Amino acid sequence: MVGKQIGQGVGSSVLRLEDDRYLRGRGRFIADIRMPGMLDVAFVRSPLAHARVRGVTKPEGLEDSVFVMADLAGVKGIRADSGLAGFRSSIQPVLADEKVRYVGEPLAACVAATRAEAEDIAEAVAVDLDALPAVVDMTRARDPDAPRVHDHWPENVFLETAVDVNFEAAAKDYAVRVKRTFRTARQSMAPMEGRGVVAFWDNQAQQLVVYSSTQMPHIVRNGLSECLGLDQGMIRVVAPDVGGGFGYKGILLCEEVCLAYLAMKLRRPLRWIEDRREHLTGNANCREHHYEITGYAAADGRLLAIDCDAIVDSGAYSAYPFSACLEAAQVASILPGPYQFPGYRCRTWSVSTNKPPILPFRGVARTGVCFAMEVLLDAVARELKMAPDEIRRRNLVRPEQMPFVNITKKIFDSGDYVECLDRAAAAIDLPAIRARQARGEADGRKIGVGLAVFCEQGAHGTSVYAGWGIPMVPGFEQATARLTPDGGLELRVGVQSHGQSLETTLAQIANEVLGVAPQRVKLVHGDTALTPYSTGTWGSRCIVMAGGAVAAACETLAERLRKIAGHLLQADPQTIRLTDGMARAAGGEVSLKDIGAIWYLRPQDLPPDVDPGGLEVTQGYKTVRDTGTFSYACHAVTVAVDTDTGAVEILDYKIVEDGGVLINPMVVDGQVYGGAAQGIGTALFEEMPYDENGQPMAATFADYHLPGAPEVPSFAIDHMQIPSPISRFGQKGIGEGGAIGPPAAIANAVNDALAPLGVEVDAVPITPARLLAKLSQAGGKPAMEPAA
Amino acid sequence: MKPVPFNFTFAPDVTSVAALLAAPDADAKPIAGGQSLGPMLNLRLARPQMLVDVSRMAELRGARDEGDAILYGAAITHAEIEDGVVPDATPGWLAAAARHIAYRAVRNRGTIGGSLAHADPAADWVNVLTALGAEVVLARPGANRVVPLDQFFVGPFATALAHDEIIVGVRVRKRSTTARWGYWKFCLKSGDFAKASAAVLIDPDRGETRVLLGAIERPPALLPDCSALIDGRVDLGQAVRQAAPHLDATAHALHVTALRRAIAIATGGAR
Repeated sequence: MVGKQIGQGVGSSVLRLEDDRYLRGRGRFIADIRMPGMLDVAFVRSPLAHARVRGVTKPEGLEDSVFVMADLAGVKGIRADSGLAGFRSSIQPVLADEKVRYVGEPLAACVAATRAEAEDIAEAVAVDLDALPAVVDMTRARDPDAPRVHDHWPENVFLETAVDVNFEAAAKDYAVRVKRTFRTARQSMAPMEGRGVVAFWDNQAQQLVVYSSTQMPHIVRNGLSECLGLDQGMIRVVAPDVGGGFGYKGILLCEEVCLAYLAMKLRRPLRWIEDRREHLTGNANCREHHYEITGYAAADGRLLAIDCDAIVDSGAYSAYPFSACLEAAQVASILPGPYQFPGYRCRTWSVSTNKPPILPFRGVARTGVCFAMEVLLDAVARELKMAPDEIRRRNLVRPEQMPFVNITKKIFDSGDYVECLDRAAAAIDLPAIRARQARGEADGRKIGVGLAVFCEQGAHGTSVYAGWGIPMVPGFEQATARLTPDGGLELRVGVQSHGQSLETTLAQIANEVLGVAPQRVKLVHGDTALTPYSTGTWGSRCIVMAGGAVAAACETLAERLRKIAGHLLQADPQTIRLTDGMARAAGGEVSLKDIGAIWYLRPQDLPPDVDPGGLEVTQGYKTVRDTGTFSYACHAVTVAVDTDTGAVEILDYKIVEDGGVLINPMVVDGQVYGGAAQGIGTALFEEMPYDENGQPMAATFADYHLPGAPEVPSFAIDHMQIPSPISRFGQKGIGEGGAIGPPAAIANAVNDALAPLGVEVDAVPITPARLLAKLSQAGGKPAMEPAA
Repeated sequence: MKPVPFNFTFAPDVTSVAALLAAPDADAKPIAGGQSLGPMLNLRLARPQMLVDVSRMAELRGARDEGDAILYGAAITHAEIEDGVVPDATPGWLAAAARHIAYRAVRNRGTIGGSLAHADPAADWVNVLTALGAEVVLARPGANRVVPLDQFFVGPFATALAHDEIIVGVRVRKRSTTARWGYWKFCLKSGDFAKASAAVLIDPDRGETRVLLGAIERPPALLPDCSALIDGRVDLGQAVRQAAPHLDATAHALHVTALRRAIAIATGGAR
């Protein structure tokens, strides 16, 4: 564990306040909510990937328990357009009525006293579909004769982008040109807790209340208002405890709109809890990329230019609010990473297919581009007979260049990438590995080492998102700080904490400014009725944006506290310090509780010029520049490859990361461990294959492999803490970094191990089947023909 | 993933279970640990109208030492074998195999009889006990019978059990330390079902040698020419191709490796 708990402010590894209820099983998640008269909902979902709906027949005698789109009067479909030129619009009906476009798309809602009974009813609903050929392969989806996912579109493309910066001129005098084709597989995000919704009409508040396991309650409220045609004042959205999001819960759901409507119609509380089969078969919605990438380099290893065609399989619809094009367009802007080179060309296609609509999974496009760029770099290094760390050293941005504007105009705020690389290379001990490789292993396995360097732009704001034109542009982030009559503190924020540890870290920031003990700080979050507006928790933004807002609100509150304390102590407020729950002057001290008592209980004793705003303050915040913080890391991995089975074992995993000033180093470690475990899933295990009819082939965890504890190594993490100049304490967003590096680092390690056999992997997950096929092709083993 | 409605009853003895299963229009299944049947019920792949709990029946619990064999009650759990709560008929091979069945939570409830009745081609007991030449004791109204395991599995997830018959126990011949054993399986990750497995028994005292190929999507294959295989006089790739011609290239390669490694473990040779 990094950092001992010294003090309770910024930089301390304060033990998490959330853990008391989580570790004792006393959290309140969506499935814990019970209401009198509550009914359970099961959805009838499309068994086909692409079909025309001829009819949905309700079972006789149960017509009042089954609802189709025609029963949802006045409910509009879900629409998330981007303002980028050429973006093609699509609308997802809340319940499919004319066509179904992916396996799992909801067609009808069945309501009963229990989920089991609702499933019985759903089984009895007859769905009449005319199957259509499915679009499954994103590399063929743009063929002129491909079936159309959206009938009126000229091609199966949500958006095409193109950027060219000086490419031809920069590329032409290359010494080495290396071209590769890379694929990353489609995944299910598999949070420990799935989605869930409880909706009811609150008679007292005269309001629709929707509890949802969501990352962005205010955005869901926006979406419900649009689809239901209701004033926002008639809608309240509440996120209870949420057991993992990772982007899976950054969405307006058909299920949310449907339950909201039916709760108002039926005037009964309704509940839908997603089960694992729904998640796996109907919501494998992320990570599937295809890259054709060429690197041009000089003889000394300097990169001259990168050329890339990238396709993102974006599924059947544009999810609200991120839209179907976010990930592919992000590819173009972040592919160059922290490297500098003079020429760049990149075209991307967000392709529509008969699969679930894409959502941004932790890391988003950064995981794929890191894979493409880092694995390519190693291939260039091998071509030039350069060491993998050396080629990176040649091309990384240098610390004296900060702030650095790269070839896609990303503004890197701070950092020393070369130092990071050097520390990681030393930690993994490259020379020792080379010596070990030369000796060979007693068990015959092949050892390899791989590096991956990447950066993570986080908390990027208005100017970046305004250009996207999607139904969500983050603005000023707000927080409310209120001192309670007994000297405690309540913080209200619009973001939602579901693993980010904000109940602890925001309390630490309050402690830094006000001296209140974190145990006396209550964080209110997740409820649109109780918190300021926010776009929510995504994009590694919270510690920077909500952290800055909390600091701003606490600073204003601090001024007011010093004013009253100065009156009580007959001292100049400017000389008063707030520490340990006390306000201290040269000649005396009073507690925050004393100050609270004056304002709330004995206003007759207040100073005459007291601020009437009192001890409750709302402030807004933006970073100095809203182009984002850039955390970064180098992952260094050693693997052992069993060439008889294709199994890859991770022997050693070192991470050197820089998240700027770490508010709570223990929390950062947790984020990195968790992200890296997911990254290992991407690298070695997780894949949702589809057959040619668009059927998902891994319907249970017997076939969809998540790494378990035995598959995840002990990570060693070394922190560099070069402050960001644009955030309140110098902190940077790091929530996603762990999930970005592993596929690249592990693939590079495998390629390093198998280079003598002429084998290179170019796709993840690196499964035994893929490795054995590569080994067989390369002639490393005798070719195996299936029996005649 | 909720099951269709079903009734649930507890059977005190084998006779009452058999009667329930044999009744006309009965649509009943015995349930012990529920580790295979439970998920099938939830996925609605199995829809019996009645479940008969056999997990606590005295006749199915406990292990009986018969002198040259141990008769394990069908409702003994994998954990009980792993932990040595029941005697091991072999020099620790059963406990070692049990230790790598799925996860401990599954082992706490999953039973040896349940595993054999479910007949998943990748299951550890299906393959290990067949290689050890074990036999199952079956009971139905008015008749008991004994079936050697190499005749018990008739297809993937299919056995010779009659509709009104249950497994009462499995008889495993005792093996001394002069016998040699090797069992090797390949899993994509810890706790997963095997993608390929192989088992080798060399017991000179009893004159038994067996080489088994498991997890071939079918009942396990007992290979011919055991001694030649063990001595390296037969090409393993050819042997696998003959025993399991339907395997794709990946599965074939994994099974060749499984065979080689199981032989090496049994003979103490190079892998």
